[in-house]
Amino acid sequence: MTLYLLRRAGLLVVSLLAASVLIFLVLRLLPGDVAQTIGGIRATPAQVAAVRHDLGLDRPLAAQYGSWIGGVVTGDFGRSVLDGTSVSGQLAEKFAVTGPLAVGAIVLALAFAVPLGVLAAVRRDSRLGSAVNALGQLGIALPTLWVGLLLVVVFAVQVRWLPAQGFPVDGWDEPGQAVKSLVLPWLTLALAEGAVLLRFVRSAVLDVLHQDWLRTARAKGRTRTSALVRHGLRNAAVPVVSVLGLQIAALIAGAVVVEQVFVLPGVGQMLITDVGNRDLDKVQGEILLLTGAVLVIGFLVDLAHRLIDPRLRSAV
Amino acid sequence: MKFSRAVRALLRSRSGFAGSVLVGLLVLSALVSLVWTPYDPTLARPQDSWLLPFSGGHVLGTDRLGRDELSQLLTGARSTLSTALLAAAIAAAVGLALAFAAVLTPRRLGAVVVQLTDVLIAFPVLLIAMILTAVHGGSTWTVVTAIGVGAGVNLARVARAEAGRVLGTDYVLAAHAAGSGTWRTVRKHLLPNIAPTLIVQLSLVLSVAVLAEAALSYLGFGTPAPAVSWGRMLQEQQQYVTARPLLVIWPGLAVAASVLGFNLLGDGLREATDARLRVREVAA
Repeated sequence: MTLYLLRRAGLLVVSLLAASVLIFLVLRLLPGDVAQTIGGIRATPAQVAAVRHDLGLDRPLAAQYGSWIGGVVTGDFGRSVLDGTSVSGQLAEKFAVTGPLAVGAIVLALAFAVPLGVLAAVRRDSRLGSAVNALGQLGIALPTLWVGLLLVVVFAVQVRWLPAQGFPVDGWDEPGQAVKSLVLPWLTLALAEGAVLLRFVRSAVLDVLHQDWLRTARAKGRTRTSALVRHGLRNAAVPVVSVLGLQIAALIAGAVVVEQVFVLPGVGQMLITDVGNRDLDKVQGEILLLTGAVLVIGFLVDLAHRLIDPRLRSAV
Repeated sequence: MKFSRAVRALLRSRSGFAGSVLVGLLVLSALVSLVWTPYDPTLARPQDSWLLPFSGGHVLGTDRLGRDELSQLLTGARSTLSTALLAAAIAAAVGLALAFAAVLTPRRLGAVVVQLTDVLIAFPVLLIAMILTAVHGGSTWTVVTAIGVGAGVNLARVARAEAGRVLGTDYVLAAHAAGSGTWRTVRKHLLPNIAPTLIVQLSLVLSVAVLAEAALSYLGFGTPAPAVSWGRMLQEQQQYVTARPLLVIWPGLAVAASVLGFNLLGDGLREATDARLRVREVAA
């Protein structure tokens, strides 16, 4: 296990480095000139060159990359060239919205996708099973942003239970308000994630149901339910956990859209604003942060795999 | 002969049939919009703003600027369909190139390609689109490239596994022994045998692309106005959703129906190309 851990951690570091080089190069080498953008279309070549020098864009690529990564390692993810705000400075405040949004949505998605997925597999030949399966198909096809808008129409406008959009100015100092303004975003994001999870839970449980060892467990006197709970679910969990890991990337993308629909001041909205302003230094840091999050979570999922499935542990 | 049998098998399955109908509707709307729409979809007529459905000759009503909703929907199909098809073409090229580079090159190089693919998978389509938009601004190409590359690296994983399986079979070994060169083997044995899996995967790429196109143009990374897209219709209507919910319902339904169509088509294709099902048909 230690050897595996070391090897996997090494791979994580290499992947993070590769991702950072990739982001850096794509932002530098693509045609399109930041200095020209900042200077404006009327800037003279001399002015553009001055901006370029101020931003350090006239230095060799390797030196630029070196000073960027040097900053990242010490926790400086870049600073706005427009207003001087820094990614690290804003991050805590923005994450206080996006973090709870993402975690809450995943918990909610699991809470309905797992039982419904198991139900759809166990009752696959009944009407109930087919209905749940069809609902899952539909959930995958519905655009997240549209579901969000429909929920606003129903719950915020028609019955007026919940705020349509926004987040309290004082943030979590007003916990009641903060939770209320996250209810619709949670539902929206959970539906999108949950529908995908439901399909995978269903097919994982279907796989397990046909295994010989499940029949053995029943032959030894366990009921259908207890055999499934005691033996089946842990086995079915293996593929579901890896899908959960892959879904993290989708979750991040979904959170950006949901923040836009409900006007939540989170990481996603910060990114959209900075992309709109072509604030490349900040965008570069933010994208590295999000990609890093995906890679780190992938690493944790791989470790979780080993904890669930002892066969993997001995197989190194 | 073989093709017509596949089409028949596709239409016989329930999901294949439903998928073909929905995708057919999308294609039909896009084609019709090329030659005819009830009104000019981009023409603003302030005197006709906020018309209700079936009033003033506007079947689905008009928006704030007096643009005809039905004309916009039909025209939007065009951008959805063209984005999805172009993105799928890029995804196929990227996916096949990465997959073949992983299985056909010397082992060490192949391992590097595999690792690179895994790193690339950590970039969701949305982040690629953001990088491109930050440099270039939003455009059709931003969206198409982002979706194509993002879906392509995922396709590469599936294609790699499938290509590895085919390359390990006896008939490939036999071809090799008979003196078939690498490219001949790829053309004669590898491509035809991974094609069914690839076609199913590509129909799923199309459904992902439709969703992504809507989300990206909603976020403002797509073709700028006056080009029409369902995602931007949703974005423009968002602040008036309380007053005119129907104007938000239609574009969303159109996206959902197209996504469902491609998904069901993929399921149908999987059933139609499944060798075990075909054997049953021959035996019957």
